[in-house]
Amino acid sequence: MTFLKKIQWDALLMPLVGLVLTLLAWQLVSGRVTPQTQADGTVEEVKSGLIQDLPGPLQTWEKTKKYIVEPFAKREELDQGVLRFTWYSLVIVGKGYAIALILGTPLGFLLGLSKNFSKMFDPIIQVLRPVSPLAWMPLGVVIFANSGKSANELAALFTIAVCAMWPTVLNTAVGVRAIPQDYLNVARVLKLSRTKTLFRIMIPATLPYMFTGYRLSLGIAWLVIVAVEMLTGRIGIGNFLWNEYNNGLYTSIVLCILTIGLVGYVLDRGMSLLERRFKSAV
Amino acid sequence: MPFLVLSGISKAFGAPGARTEVLRDVSLTVEKGEFVAIVGYSGSGKTTLLNMISGLLRPDSGTVTLNDLEITGPGPDRGVVFQNYSLLPWLTVAENIALAVDQLFPNWSAAKRAQHVDHHIAMVNLSHARDRRPSELSGGMRQRVSVARALAMDPQILLLDEPLGALDALTRATLQDEISRICRESGKTVVLITNDPDEGIMMADRIVPLSAGPGATLGPSIAVDLARPRDRKALNHDPRFKEIRSRVVSWLLGEGGRPAVSVSRKLVLPDIEPEDLNVPRPLIGGRRQPRRRSEERRETVEIPS
Ligand SMILES: Nc1ncnc2c1ncn2[C@@H]1O[C@H](COP(=O)(O)OP(=O)(O)OP(=O)(O)O)[C@@H](O)[C@H]1O
Ligand SMILES: [Mg+2]
Repeated sequence: MTFLKKIQWDALLMPLVGLVLTLLAWQLVSGRVTPQTQADGTVEEVKSGLIQDLPGPLQTWEKTKKYIVEPFAKREELDQGVLRFTWYSLVIVGKGYAIALILGTPLGFLLGLSKNFSKMFDPIIQVLRPVSPLAWMPLGVVIFANSGKSANELAALFTIAVCAMWPTVLNTAVGVRAIPQDYLNVARVLKLSRTKTLFRIMIPATLPYMFTGYRLSLGIAWLVIVAVEMLTGRIGIGNFLWNEYNNGLYTSIVLCILTIGLVGYVLDRGMSLLERRFKSAV
Repeated sequence: MPFLVLSGISKAFGAPGARTEVLRDVSLTVEKGEFVAIVGYSGSGKTTLLNMISGLLRPDSGTVTLNDLEITGPGPDRGVVFQNYSLLPWLTVAENIALAVDQLFPNWSAAKRAQHVDHHIAMVNLSHARDRRPSELSGGMRQRVSVARALAMDPQILLLDEPLGALDALTRATLQDEISRICRESGKTVVLITNDPDEGIMMADRIVPLSAGPGATLGPSIAVDLARPRDRKALNHDPRFKEIRSRVVSWLLGEGGRPAVSVSRKLVLPDIEPEDLNVPRPLIGGRRQPRRRSEERRETVEIPS
């Protein structure tokens, strides 16, 4: 009983302690702006601190409060609540991610099922996989240059899908190769048709691996969105960050980073809950 | 007319050049309705032999025929209880069996198929667990599901691959009785693979020893002419039982035994130097090196057959 209590305390208390320590460290290294009255009567802002331009936690809160307390407000095109920006980004990430899964899962199955297919395409995949979204993006813009109004969106979707696809492809392939021979023997003894073997045996047996891939892919899709928005100028959290940087509003950068991180964390948690569900089912 | 005939079966595994022969010239005939047990050493090729009857493997030479038809691939006329149960973990007990039933009896009404599934679950006393997943079952329960699935296929012959190998002795004994009862009631032809001579004698009409590999082959068939139902307590003192067992075991230990093998391996002796704590250690100069650094020896162990 006391042991249980202790664990719960630790689980709550320790992250809080960590948070406080991080905030303190942040405050320590961040810069301060103090208004000083000069000899001639003008007021000038004097910067001090270890990293002069890095806003501290309190300053960040004060300056970005309006984006947080009204997270869904839309005042102007470039002045919206932080979650509203996030929502725009999530929508495009969702679409690109869906494309990644729709393409990646069958590709992974083919790789896992056919040795020859795997021999043919595995090297290419290994070469394409480490390519950064910053490199794919211009190619996407070129490819979809002639598609009129939606060119921008298509280029963004292309980049997200191409970058996020690989973990799904590779994990699915590993999962298919890891299907125990026993399960396939059951299918052979029962003389299940190919489609039945695929849907009743192979896909259920691969699901846990597929979901690991899906989780990693979602993480990448979310990583990619910021780069994509910076380059295309699509409205969203990454674009907001970039604009605020260009306007010299550094507090908003911190806000965006925290938001992106938190949203990424929530997405990952959600996916790993799903993943665990499928793990326990198998 | 013999029902199942294996004639001159050989099987080798491995790349050309480095092939090891697992089975050599195995022949066996099984009559319809007969319960035959094959007893052999672990790793001697029992599963390989059974896989050739089920059609999952093809022999390198020789033929397997069932009802005078050569076996060229797996099929539902041979119900297999795999060594490791092979239940699909994402399906419940009923669903595992229903997968087989739905596949094999597509013309039946849904109600009849469901009733067939439930009948076989009840036959192995698992009605209370019909909606559980394999991970929620004990080893013995999984084994019973596997038997129920094989029987629900209504096969011509039942192939049991060490069905009780992974179970403790007590569960094993109860399940032996249960499975032999079910098999007798179904009147099916059964080939049982086991590594336990007692289990074979307890359950089968005929027991055939398989010699130790490589190049394993079947020994002489020994009829188990003990009255059924067999009472394991009484059997322990039955002279006929003792005689059959001694024939099986002595063939396995003698003619069918493993040639004496010796294994030699490298031993790396540990780097240990006894230290006299009364001798003060020099402050400068540090630790002395162990005197016996990475010394190697060879050790040869004879493994008795
Ligand atoms: N697919 C395979 N490829 C290569 N070697 C194999 C293959 N299957 C079996 N063997 C070898 O054949 C031999 C016999 O294997 P088998 O599984 O038939 O033994 P077993 O008698 O069923 O053993 P156990 O009692 O442990 O189940 C073993 O030495 C094994 O390594
Ligand atoms: Mg085996």
